[in-house]
Amino acid sequence: MMAYIVRRMLYAVPILLGVNILTFVLFFVINSPDDMARMNLGMKRVTPEAVENWKRERGYDRPLLFNQASSGSGKLTDTIFFQKSLKLFRFEFGLSDSGRDIGYDISQRMWPSLAIALPVLLVGLLVNISYALLIAFFRATYIDFWSVVLCVTMMSISGLFYIIGGQFLISKLLHLVPISGYDTGVSAIKFLVLPVIIGIIGGIGAGTRWYRTLFLEEINKDYVRTARAKGLSENVVLFQHVLKNAMIPILTGVVVVLPLLFMGSLITESFFGIPGLGSYTIDAINRQDFAIVRAMVFLGSVLYILGLLLTDISYTLVDPRVRLS
Amino acid sequence: MIDGWVILWTDALVFLLLVFSLVFAVYASRREHLRAPWRRVARSGVGMGTLVVLAFYLLVGLLDSIHFHPSTIVTEGEKSQSAEVISLFDWMVTPLRVRQEKTYSAPLAARLYAKESMELADGRVVRDYPRLLFGGAHLQDPDREWGRDILRLSLFGILKGALVTLVLSNILIALLAARAGADFACQARLILTGKTPIPWRVVLVTLGVLVILIFWAAELAANYHLLGTDKVGEDVFYQTLKSIRTGLLIGTLTTLVMLPAAILLGIMAGYFRGWVDDIIQYTYTTLNSIPGVLLIAAAILMLQIYMSNHAEEFNSLIERADLRLLFLCIILGVTSWTGLCRLLRGESLKLREVDYVQAATAFGVRPLQIISRHILPNVLHIVLITVVLDFSGLVLAEAVLSYVNIGVDPTMNSWGNMINSARLEMAREPIVWWSLAAAMIFMFILVLSANLFSDVVRDAFDPRLRDTR
Repeated sequence: MMAYIVRRMLYAVPILLGVNILTFVLFFVINSPDDMARMNLGMKRVTPEAVENWKRERGYDRPLLFNQASSGSGKLTDTIFFQKSLKLFRFEFGLSDSGRDIGYDISQRMWPSLAIALPVLLVGLLVNISYALLIAFFRATYIDFWSVVLCVTMMSISGLFYIIGGQFLISKLLHLVPISGYDTGVSAIKFLVLPVIIGIIGGIGAGTRWYRTLFLEEINKDYVRTARAKGLSENVVLFQHVLKNAMIPILTGVVVVLPLLFMGSLITESFFGIPGLGSYTIDAINRQDFAIVRAMVFLGSVLYILGLLLTDISYTLVDPRVRLS
Repeated sequence: MIDGWVILWTDALVFLLLVFSLVFAVYASRREHLRAPWRRVARSGVGMGTLVVLAFYLLVGLLDSIHFHPSTIVTEGEKSQSAEVISLFDWMVTPLRVRQEKTYSAPLAARLYAKESMELADGRVVRDYPRLLFGGAHLQDPDREWGRDILRLSLFGILKGALVTLVLSNILIALLAARAGADFACQARLILTGKTPIPWRVVLVTLGVLVILIFWAAELAANYHLLGTDKVGEDVFYQTLKSIRTGLLIGTLTTLVMLPAAILLGIMAGYFRGWVDDIIQYTYTTLNSIPGVLLIAAAILMLQIYMSNHAEEFNSLIERADLRLLFLCIILGVTSWTGLCRLLRGESLKLREVDYVQAATAFGVRPLQIISRHILPNVLHIVLITVVLDFSGLVLAEAVLSYVNIGVDPTMNSWGNMINSARLEMAREPIVWWSLAAAMIFMFILVLSANLFSDVVRDAFDPRLRDTR
């Protein structure tokens, strides 16, 4: 088991290296730091001195890959690739283009993101599974048919509509909770209720339909027929046999997104003014702060790969067949 | 009317895609194993009904993809070449395009949405809602005549639509009757009772509803702003119709862009295995591990830098917006080809062990031929299902991306841009809801039809589902 985990972790290294090189190429090779400086300083009449200044302040004035001017190991380390890209591996994100410490910002902003994403995931899971089980229980009846129609309809509505509509109805017309904002501690709850509810509602369509397919696939299997032939009631069959076996794909689907919960949701957070990592990213995109976007790309990949790793591990835990192969 | 054609990059690709689809349709119609699933689609009521709706969207999108320079107004007997580029669709709905008001006005309104100081003929200044320049301009006294006028126009439009529907359905029935060799009344009875194998009744009803709606909308839009006007007074109905092309392009071109890479690499990985498989798997795992939105954001940021540093390379705004759209499709393709690639790899791994492929290998058939003759035709259904399933997700993604400012160009008509601007309007008092509603409704109908249609296609092609029924 340990050997398996170590092997999987080693496998992640080249992938992260690939991500790192890709972001380096995207951010420094396709467009040179000079281009970035000109973009940031405003296009019209940029003096070369201003560009040089901008680059020096942010440490972009080094050569890309190989520094002829340095001596010893400095030839390799005193470069943009080493300073800006490879240091991401040690989670040293450096300063943003506007001069703030990215690592500190991230450590502050991941908690509000989590405060929304985690309840959305857990309660959403509960709602979707219960609804899907209900549909599976009443399969091939009108309840089944209309539930699927409802799910497809809900899937077809843009997520933006749920947010805008929810804000309008709950906050503006009914004045139940504030439209947007955030607070620390317990008083944050009144700001979190609406985004969480909207997140859950927005996920019902796709989630329920997917779980329904999983349940119906299990229901057609032989062991279920055996269970029924033994004379077990439909309730026992559904809850003790079908649900238990369908939990394997459900759980592994959940585990893979767990680390990514820290990244938050771009849209929800910016609509509700939550100071999480999602709105951090959006702000960075709109301000064209390349250092932050680069850091977030890398962080996102690390968390995704961590999710894959956790999925593999949880697979071996719940399904012993995987461990043998 | 026309002063030279303009072919934008996306236009060319759209028509290339159309040619591909036609070629595929001919190819599929000659092969029983591909025809059978399509026949199943044709026999499904939901499938045919949504197909009619999708065809309407497609028609608008295609008309909107034929661009040209309009010849400008003749000044002193001399035509001047204009830099303006419009599409055939723009030309068809010229009144909608040019009748611009001053600012916001509600749907079907005859007056502006905000009060303004106006000088009366006798020199007094009053604050009132001014009349619109075009919306309801034919009314003498809008307060009294408005309701009756709307009713009259609606009835007139619906009547026209009903007449056209009647003619269309008669033609269709006559054609079907001629093909079946039955007489008209007999065929009509079959269709109206829903006893034809292909659900023509559903087709006729959907077509009828659509045609009546179109004529109703056209009648009202000719005299009013059917869905109101936006901040700069542009007709919202026109904007949302123009957005259809953007939505369709994002949904289709993205898949077109990613298909060659996904098919080629997926099959190669599965067929050759070994180091080829390792490299391809490594490539898609790496790409896949970057969160899609962030990769798109990074790429679009880079494109923005490139465009602002090379502004001279783009002749017009519309060309610039067009290239950005194309680039967006490419980058969306880069983030979405991995799923299909993985599916194809798995399927090819299975197929290469199948007896007839083994036999071909034993006979010394070259790999390229095995792939093109034995493997590719057997994975086509997976490709097709993926293409259809991805479509609606991409249309929805466009709205979200445009909202984050990493979608299509802000000058381009798209549902995402409409929603984005509507966000500020929702905070106004009284609120301006029609831009948002228009974008949401048109997007919802397209996505819902696409979702329902893709379900039908998937059920028809998926052998696993077929067996259980």
